[in-house]
Amino acid sequence: MRTTTVVIGAGHAGLAMSHCLTARSIDHVILERGEVANSWKTERWDSLRLLTPNWQSRLPGFGYQGNDPDGFRNMPQTIRFIEDYAASFSAPVHPHTNVTSVQSQNGGYRVATDRGTWDARTVVMATGYCNVPAVPALAAALPASIRTLSSKDYRNPGQIEPGGVLVVGASASGTQIAEELQRAGRQVTIAVGEHIRAPRTYRGRDIKWWMDAAGVLNDRYDEIDDIARARNVPSLQLAGSDDRRTIDLNRLTSLGVRMVGRLAGVASGKLQFSGSLRNLCEMSDLKMNRLLERIDEWATANGMDREVDPPHRFEPTQVEASPPLELSLEKSGLKTVLWAAGFRPDYSWLEVPVLDRKGRIRHDAGVVAAPGMYLLGLPFLRKRKSTLIDGAADDARDLAAHLAQYLA
Amino acid sequence: MSMTQNKPVDNGVNVEALLSARQALTEAPQAAQFKWRATCDWVKGTHSRTSVEGFFGLGEEQKHRTNFTFDADHPEIFASEDHGATPVEIVLAGLASCLTAGIATVAQNRGIQLRSVKGTLEGGMDLQGILGIDSDVRNGFDGIKVNYTIDADATPEELRALVAQSQKRSAVYDIVTNPTNVTVDVKKA
Repeated sequence: MRTTTVVIGAGHAGLAMSHCLTARSIDHVILERGEVANSWKTERWDSLRLLTPNWQSRLPGFGYQGNDPDGFRNMPQTIRFIEDYAASFSAPVHPHTNVTSVQSQNGGYRVATDRGTWDARTVVMATGYCNVPAVPALAAALPASIRTLSSKDYRNPGQIEPGGVLVVGASASGTQIAEELQRAGRQVTIAVGEHIRAPRTYRGRDIKWWMDAAGVLNDRYDEIDDIARARNVPSLQLAGSDDRRTIDLNRLTSLGVRMVGRLAGVASGKLQFSGSLRNLCEMSDLKMNRLLERIDEWATANGMDREVDPPHRFEPTQVEASPPLELSLEKSGLKTVLWAAGFRPDYSWLEVPVLDRKGRIRHDAGVVAAPGMYLLGLPFLRKRKSTLIDGAADDARDLAAHLAQYLA
Repeated sequence: MSMTQNKPVDNGVNVEALLSARQALTEAPQAAQFKWRATCDWVKGTHSRTSVEGFFGLGEEQKHRTNFTFDADHPEIFASEDHGATPVEIVLAGLASCLTAGIATVAQNRGIQLRSVKGTLEGGMDLQGILGIDSDVRNGFDGIKVNYTIDADATPEELRALVAQSQKRSAVYDIVTNPTNVTVDVKKA
C-alpha cells in the first residue's frame, strides 16, 4: 500500500497531525496498534483525572464544548473527547494495526505492520513517551515475596495487598497513587527523587490558567538556556479533582505517608534510601517559588493584581529531621513496590539510524535527523507544553508546515 | 537573574572551559571515564600517610602538579599521637571542599559575584558503633550538618538555589548520601 504520510499512533498528537495534514490535503493514514486513545483506555488507573482543566484541551479544529470548563476530565470523558475528535474530521485511522518496523527506502520509508506494509515519503511518530516504565536495575534484587507493579499496571487499591507499599517516584502519578493507597488503609512510604512541586490553585486561579496566561507554557525550545536540561525536567506534581486539592508531599505527610529519599539500593534484606531528600525538596520548593514569582510579575505587569488574591508563598516542604535511610524487607511489613519513576519511549520497531547512544531519537524540535521523519509529544519538543494535549496543536501545525515544505 | 548581571563576574572559575569540556565529553563519553587513586602507607600506631598523584582520565594517565599527602591519625584522647586529622574529618573536608567548589562554579555560571564563602560542617557519631559496644549503632555518621555563610551579590533565594545546585552536582555529596560498592583485596607482601 502507498500513501504520502504515515502517522504512527492515534492519540491526541497523531490525530492533531492528521487534522493538519487533512487541512493541507496531504494523503495519509494513521496506524494504531489498538484503538483511538489506546493508552488512555488500557494504561491508566481508574480514578485518574487529566491534570489540565477541560478548557485547556485545544486541538486543531476542536475543543471543549461542555459547561464545566474548569473541571478535570475523568478517563471515560478523556477517551470520548479524543474519539469525538477523530470522528469530527473522519481521521483515517487504521485500528489494531501494529507497526513492526520502519525502514528507509528509496528516499522514503517502508512501514511494516501486522496488517500489511505501507510505503510513504514521510513518517510522523506520535507514539508518546510513556511506553516503558522506568524501573531501576536494583528491582532485580527484590525478593519474590514483594509484589512489584508500575503505575501503568495500577488500577485501584483493591489490587494491592493489605500492608506496606513503597511508591517509588513523587511526581504526579506517584503522589496521587500514594494518596489513594494511604486513604484506602495501606501504609505507604514514598521514595522521593527529583520532582517539581506546584499548587493546584494560586491567587484564586488554576495554576495552568496562570501558566497559560503568563506564557510559561509557550516558552520555546530555542529561547531557553539549556534545552537538554529542560527536556529532562520531571513533569509537575499536579492532580485534577473536583475539590481542586493540591497533593504535595506535605499533604501526603499529613495523611500519614512516610517520606524517604530516592531508592538507592537493596542490600542485606533492606531497601536503602538516599540521604539527599532534604535537598531535593528544597530544589523543588525553590523551583515552585520561581514559577510563582514569574506569575506575580506577569500579574502586576498586566494589571491583574486587583482582580485576583494577593501573592503569597506556600509552607516549605516539611522533611523530618532524620528521614529513614533503610527499610527492612522483613520487619517493615512491606508487601508491594509500585514504580512511578517515569517512562521511556519504545522505539524497538524503528530501524532508521536516528537513535543516539542512549536510545533517544536525534531531532531538532521534532524534525528528526532523517529527511521526512517527524516526532510529536516529547517533553519540551518545541514548547514547554509539548506533552500536554494542549501542546499538540502548535507542534502539529508547525511540523505539518515543515512536512508540506519537504514534500513540495 | 542575579543583581549584578551587567558587571563582569569573576570567581576565578573558567566556566567556558568547563562548558566546552562538557560538550566534548558529551560527544566522546569514553573520555569521561576517570579513575581517582590514593596510596596509603601505615606510619605507626593509628598514624598513616596517604598520597595522591596520578589519576586516569581523558583516555590517558594524568598527574597532579605535585604529589599531595594527607596525614591521618586519632587524637590524644584516644591514646594516639594526633599527627593529623581523623579519617572522618577528612571525609568532612572532602564534602566541604566539593560543595564549596561547586558553589563557586555554579555562581560563576549564573553570574553571581562571590566575596566570601564559609562552610561549617559537623558530623554526629555515636562511638558505641565503632567500639563494638552496641551493634544497633552504625559506625559512620548519624548525620552531617552543613552551614554556609555567603557574601555575594545575590538574593537569599538565589543563594539557596546556588547551594542546592551545588549539592545536586557534587560527587562527594553523592558518595556520602548513596550506597557505594567497596571491594577490598589483600595480598601478602
